[in-house]
Amino acid sequence: MRHIISLLMENEAGALSRVAGLFSARGYNIESLSVAPTEDPTLSRMTLVTVGSDDVVEQVTKQLNKLIEVVKVMDLNDGDHIERELMLVKVRAVGVDREEVKRLAEIFRGSIIDVTDKSYTIELTGASAKLDAFLDTIDKNAILETVRTGASGIGRGEWTLKA
Amino acid sequence: MSVELTGAEITVRCLQEEGINCIFGYPGGAVLFLYDELFKQDKVKHILVRHEQAAVHAADGYARSSNKVGVALVTSGPGVTNAVTGIATAYMDSIPMVIISGQVPTSAIGLDAFQEVDAIGITRPCVKHNFLVKDVAELASTIKKAFYIASTGRPGPVLVDIPKDVTQQKTRFSYPESITLRSYDPVVKGPMRQIKKAAELILSAKRPIVYAGGGVILSNAAEQLTKLVQMLNFPCTNTLMGLGGYPATDPQFVGMLGMHGTYEANMAMQYCDVLVAVGARFDDRVIGNPKHFSNENRKIIHIDIDPSSISKRVKVDVPIVGDVTEVLNEIINLLQTDKHTPDQAALKEWWKQIELWRARDCLKYDQDSPIIKPQMVIEKLYKITKGDAFVTSDVGQHQMWAAQFYKFDKPRRWINSGGLGTMGFGLPAAMGTQLANPGAKVACITGEASIQMCIQELSTCKQYKLPLKIINLNNRYMGMVRQWQEFFHGNRYAESYMNALPDFVKLAESYGHVGMKIEKPEDIEGALKEAFKLKDQLVFMDFITDQTENVFPMVPGGKGLSEMILV
Repeated sequence: MRHIISLLMENEAGALSRVAGLFSARGYNIESLSVAPTEDPTLSRMTLVTVGSDDVVEQVTKQLNKLIEVVKVMDLNDGDHIERELMLVKVRAVGVDREEVKRLAEIFRGSIIDVTDKSYTIELTGASAKLDAFLDTIDKNAILETVRTGASGIGRGEWTLKA
Repeated sequence: MSVELTGAEITVRCLQEEGINCIFGYPGGAVLFLYDELFKQDKVKHILVRHEQAAVHAADGYARSSNKVGVALVTSGPGVTNAVTGIATAYMDSIPMVIISGQVPTSAIGLDAFQEVDAIGITRPCVKHNFLVKDVAELASTIKKAFYIASTGRPGPVLVDIPKDVTQQKTRFSYPESITLRSYDPVVKGPMRQIKKAAELILSAKRPIVYAGGGVILSNAAEQLTKLVQMLNFPCTNTLMGLGGYPATDPQFVGMLGMHGTYEANMAMQYCDVLVAVGARFDDRVIGNPKHFSNENRKIIHIDIDPSSISKRVKVDVPIVGDVTEVLNEIINLLQTDKHTPDQAALKEWWKQIELWRARDCLKYDQDSPIIKPQMVIEKLYKITKGDAFVTSDVGQHQMWAAQFYKFDKPRRWINSGGLGTMGFGLPAAMGTQLANPGAKVACITGEASIQMCIQELSTCKQYKLPLKIINLNNRYMGMVRQWQEFFHGNRYAESYMNALPDFVKLAESYGHVGMKIEKPEDIEGALKEAFKLKDQLVFMDFITDQTENVFPMVPGGKGLSEMILV
């Protein structure tokens, strides 16, 4: 099952490699990983998407907690949460396709952020599944480049992850 | 706040502040300033080893036998890479240790400088934590953190990598009294609700067993464990790492369990109805195949300080995260105030069954063999030392025989590499043990293969006059490899034969020690007695043993605990 794990960790050199090293050493999957400092510059917030059985994900969270620089770990699947990912996708847009691509971008509430006579670059935000769906609707041969940030997740309502 | 000190001075002062009076190391370019400061003082004694692996093993043996943090000091590059085997050994067995490594100057890091290696990267998977100190102002607090992390919670090795220029730079020195880390706050007390559940389950048991591991030793909980087991009249088994946690000569002790555990311990584990796991982690050498293990209807209580050890290989019913000593004390308190006791009739039946298993006499061997049986050497060693020696071992058959036949009644007397299984551990670990326990009897049980992996340390032993007694069980084979090849690889002894062995007697003598070669069973006792009489000398005893002897019982890999191969 797909799990979104949020963690707060010390914003120190090497902390990220400890997390990445843990996953490779113990054979856990990382589907995506996004990380940046928080409003407190000494802390980084990471969102990690992994796939595994409940037992494996339990071990993942325990092992993450064991890392000295990790302050807190939360499995967002334990409650209601919101997930967003940003994608930039550059699409060939010539002739009749030009209008079609623009229309699809609108349907997915994307915005075109760069235009040339041959291409559009579309910015799209949403749950990872929505971004997948957008890519599915576009002719594969028309996609010149995609860049995705990986999911960021946050608990709904009062549910927060604070140091 | 006083005058400014250099990073090297600060490092040595930190060690003094931590009460460290003995460290193990090997100098080199990146640590010259540190060695210069060590030279100028006499509070911290430095033991010069002959290879960095031995420095870390010696610090490890020092820590295991004394309950203090072991300290090793190595230079950059090859100093660190040589130390890695020792660090990984300590990590697998959760031994508190601080390793200080030199690093090339900060300005040279990343430029492929001479003797540069990414020490942080290389050691990351085998340390509890590691630090690169880039600013001398952070040196003292980092060393404080290193000792704190190494010795609290589930202990482990911590590496502090110090670039050469940082050891030269100056700053004001103050050593923090205590330290708190927002991201690290190990639990101590167990949750009371779970402890109550555990007590209830213990009282409901009809076929109980207490299974205790290295956590009991690390937490200094032997007294609590013994009290609990004896007040309940439960059988108790120890893992390889837990030996000495419960007195082996007590009738309630059913021996070590696991791949080479006793028949009675393994059967009791398999067929118990309540299993109390204390500071143990259900690893592959202990319970075999978890699928076979979980066939039985039993309830499991698991006490461990590390949440990730719980439900890792085996699902448990009552997990208790906490320090073993604290939790056992709470359980004892609850049971003492409870009017209930376990079903005595059922317990009597269970003991009857265990005694039947015990009567199988699974450790028996040919006592009348004209060739020396390795088991007999250990039994004689036990007799001669009255069970009171510190015993270190290397890895293989001799290690298992030592664990089976030397009855440890006290914790911290049995020192071996259980998790990583590091050949070459025994001799340097014995050096550390002897230095931590001057005047004590220290025996290193080894084999002709293992001993050669750190044999150069005979030189260190000479330099520091360490009167170790080395028991070399010499069967001219890598015995455990040979045993597996006999059982599982059609008797094809691929590369497991030790050809071209040195004359160990002459070798010992060339290092200035006493060497003995013992070839007949009737000479074992006399040789051991003579060796231990030589109080000030290292004696290397080369016992020529039966080449074909195997370790029994044996649970083959992938099998369940009750599927033992017996003699």
